[in-house]
Amino acid sequence: MEFFISQVLSGISLGGQYALIAIGYTMVYGILRLINFAHGDVFMVAGLFMIYLSSSLPVFVSVPLVIILTVALGFIIERAAYKPLRSAPRMSVMISAIGVSYLLQNLALYATGGQPKTYTTIPFISKTIKILGAPTRIVTVITPVLVIVLIVILTLLINHTKIGIAMRAVAKDFETSQLMGVKINSVISITFIIGSFLAAVGSLLYFTNYPTVVPLSGAMPGLKAFVAAVFGGIGSVPGAVIGAFIIGICETLIKGTDFSVFSDAFTVALLIVILGVKPTGMCGEKVTEKV
Amino acid sequence: MSNTILKINNLKVNYGGIEAVKGISFEVKEGEIVTLIGANGAGKSSTLRTIIGREKPSSGTIEFAGENIAGMDTTSIVKKGITLVPEGRKIFPDLTVEENLKIGAYMRKDNLSQDFERVYSLFPRLKERYWQAGGTLSGGEQQMLAVGRALMSKPKLIMMDEPSLGLAPIIVRGIFEIIEAVNKEGITVLLNEQNANMALKAADKAYVMETGRITMEGTGKELLENEQIKEAYLGKSKK
Ligand SMILES: Nc1ncnc2c1ncn2[C@@H]1O[C@H](COP(=O)(O)OP(=O)(O)O)[C@@H](O)[C@H]1O
Ligand SMILES: [Mg+2]
Repeated sequence: MEFFISQVLSGISLGGQYALIAIGYTMVYGILRLINFAHGDVFMVAGLFMIYLSSSLPVFVSVPLVIILTVALGFIIERAAYKPLRSAPRMSVMISAIGVSYLLQNLALYATGGQPKTYTTIPFISKTIKILGAPTRIVTVITPVLVIVLIVILTLLINHTKIGIAMRAVAKDFETSQLMGVKINSVISITFIIGSFLAAVGSLLYFTNYPTVVPLSGAMPGLKAFVAAVFGGIGSVPGAVIGAFIIGICETLIKGTDFSVFSDAFTVALLIVILGVKPTGMCGEKVTEKV
Repeated sequence: MSNTILKINNLKVNYGGIEAVKGISFEVKEGEIVTLIGANGAGKSSTLRTIIGREKPSSGTIEFAGENIAGMDTTSIVKKGITLVPEGRKIFPDLTVEENLKIGAYMRKDNLSQDFERVYSLFPRLKERYWQAGGTLSGGEQQMLAVGRALMSKPKLIMMDEPSLGLAPIIVRGIFEIIEAVNKEGITVLLNEQNANMALKAADKAYVMETGRITMEGTGKELLENEQIKEAYLGKSKK
């Protein structure tokens, strides 16, 4: 029973971490119809930022710096690799995203020299406590709470602010948004900034549960979050969050059984099933071509 | 005498190698309703889209309130007081009526409550439906929303690209009532129409466009009575 409780708790927590990554995928897709393949790698780079910064700075300085640098990275990637291709065919932007993904992985390889880097122990959230008798780290309890707070803020921003209205308008129709005076490039940049911010927070929580970061550390969580976004209906923020929690919980529960080797395969199988059965996902909109 | 608010001088617009607008000149006086009529492909939309900065002119000037705005970006032009109600209305279907109006005022930082009141008193229908998604409105209501959204930017000049396109005749009459009501608010109107009959009746001044050139001009009344116009655009043959 204690084992089950602790499994469920870590599942919820992992789901929350995937949710923070998945929102970046789904929002960028919503506005640019682009699957940002580099997003998982931005997440990994955020992990490395933390390792390098905290080696010489106190944690309470490193954490905000990691967030700022990751946001800057997301912003620069969009400006340098996607913005110049705004009127190019979608396939070109997609290929550019794959290129950025490889670039980040190889820069990470260069920086780390291929050695796994030990992740910083962030005091407090790494401590172990007991919940209903099950030993749990504080990060496991904090994650879902923090995720819910961030999602509430994000939802308020999207639904009730001027920039939120502009984001929804741009996601539907570039041309008419521009007629209203909206600068679509600023709105797109803000979308990347939000996505990278959440990925940075996700990375701080996620890597706290893992010993090291390597250049490919972003690939698996990136894939899981991507599947969550597709499962929820890519373009939909609530869909991505629900999808992420489902995947996080299922994956952790499978890990606790005799079939633990299939926990990753589960996610990929899920992707194949969704694409076959309901490609628009749970909350997805009808696929309409944007002109 | 009223002042010229918009003065177009020898404007040319190219798409790749194709010259869609071949050096046109015309002017719009403050407070007037001016119409550009002409067949499909004449270059009317290109003209309006260039004025609002969505296309860059290959040459010529666009003077708005005495300043050459040719080649400026749309955001700056909207700030200066021009707005375009695009062809096909293009309201945002997922945004509510109220949000559609809000985004019309995107460039403004001042208080909007008076502008909401103005739009809602012009179009009580929109007030009843302020929480509804724009996409659920009827064609005529969507046109009201498109005009209302444009008014939210507090324009001095409102341009409309074929507002009657695709609407039933009874609704078209309503659209022209809207245009006249907007004009009575003191807003200058530049109107593109294929529905020459209605447009000429409403217009103070009219220009006829054919394959990128202005071929005729006059007051609305003059053109309504012109034999050539009657034959080509009003579907009436010579007696
Ligand atoms: N984006 C575009 N690219 C290429 N050609 C265009 C474009 N927009 C309009 N044209 C061409 O320019 C000409 C004028 O079109 P338009 O301004 O839409 O005329 P109107 O509004 O009077 O029907 C047409 O021949 C049209 O095919
Ligand atoms: Mg047209």
